[in-house]
Amino acid sequence: MSEANASATRITPGNALRPEDIALQDATPGDAVARYALGLGDDALILAQRLGWWISRAPELEEDVALANIALDQIGHARSFLTYAGRAWDKTEDDLAYFRREPEFRSVHLVEQPNGDFARTIARQFVVALYQWELYSRLVHSSDPTLAAIAAKAVKEVDYHRDHAIQWVLRLALGTEESRRRMIAGLRLTWPYVEELFTDHPLIDEVGDAGVRPSELRASFDSAVGTVLTEAELEIPAVPGAVGGGRLGRHSEHLGYMLAEMQVLAREFPGASW
Amino acid sequence: MTGGSTTGDDGATAPSSGLHEERAAWPLWEVFVRSSRGLSHVHAGSLHAPDAEMAVRNARDLYTRRNEGVSLWVVPASSIITSDPDAKEAFFESPQGKDYRHATYYTKSEGVKHL
Repeated sequence: MSEANASATRITPGNALRPEDIALQDATPGDAVARYALGLGDDALILAQRLGWWISRAPELEEDVALANIALDQIGHARSFLTYAGRAWDKTEDDLAYFRREPEFRSVHLVEQPNGDFARTIARQFVVALYQWELYSRLVHSSDPTLAAIAAKAVKEVDYHRDHAIQWVLRLALGTEESRRRMIAGLRLTWPYVEELFTDHPLIDEVGDAGVRPSELRASFDSAVGTVLTEAELEIPAVPGAVGGGRLGRHSEHLGYMLAEMQVLAREFPGASW
Repeated sequence: MTGGSTTGDDGATAPSSGLHEERAAWPLWEVFVRSSRGLSHVHAGSLHAPDAEMAVRNARDLYTRRNEGVSLWVVPASSIITSDPDAKEAFFESPQGKDYRHATYYTKSEGVKHL
């Protein structure tokens, strides 16, 4: 720990918990908490993979950097959650990220949705960031100290993701006729996947005070969304919810292609480090 | 869909409608970072942003991600009036030969104790 802290590249403000620390610590989650952490870690991992696609493709160089930073934050959260979950099954973060098959992932459908144009990506970011902020700001009170510590680090970063998305929703919605049209279309394509975020699964009963019940986040999420959409002169799209099931391993057709790309190197060269 | 990533997108690679070409470029902003309390803001670089609020956010991403600062200023580059690089000599070298502008030019008078 002290040796790791001596490295200039590993300074973490406020001594926030790092995945390397989680791997070394004694705390091991029970099976239910591990499966809960796995779902949150998978959300962050898949979202990061999606956002990484934008690097070199964003509207401006500065936005390349912003989206890449958000993707890196999400990878950081994924690493912590997956490292912690993996301790329950004697697996590393890489085992879980690169050597699970599609039905073994527990991410929600929203994060695997295609990037679309910039407005659609911003719509997805808007929903994910507001949801994750509601989630992590409560998970800091988890009865599981490791989950609480991961959430405490993540919530500060997600607060910035939330701000980034809101700024862009406002600018696209109130910008040109074309940007507004795209923002409305982006929200419309995104909204079917909102419902799944707030669906309670039986696992949450097993997790108890260590987790946060998704349905309890809905009211404050709706309120936060409403505030932004009012300012943006937008309405919540009137579209039916899509069939979810990501937390149960049932995914849309998009995830398999993503995993193929994400996992190909690790599977081609098992044990490679980079 | 063009080639490349299988996980990417359909919209961003759509045939150009001409909108992109017509879009005005984002204005340039100069970024000043104060590394800690008590120090001045120092010029760190520049960036493009659509407006001032986004410029501050982009500055945070580009210039303060590694604990570089406690405060950021962004200024529209167009608001900065510069000295003329070609007028360097007249502008900056005039002190040469004017030693009397420096304190060391003067000899201390006798009897002055606390100078």
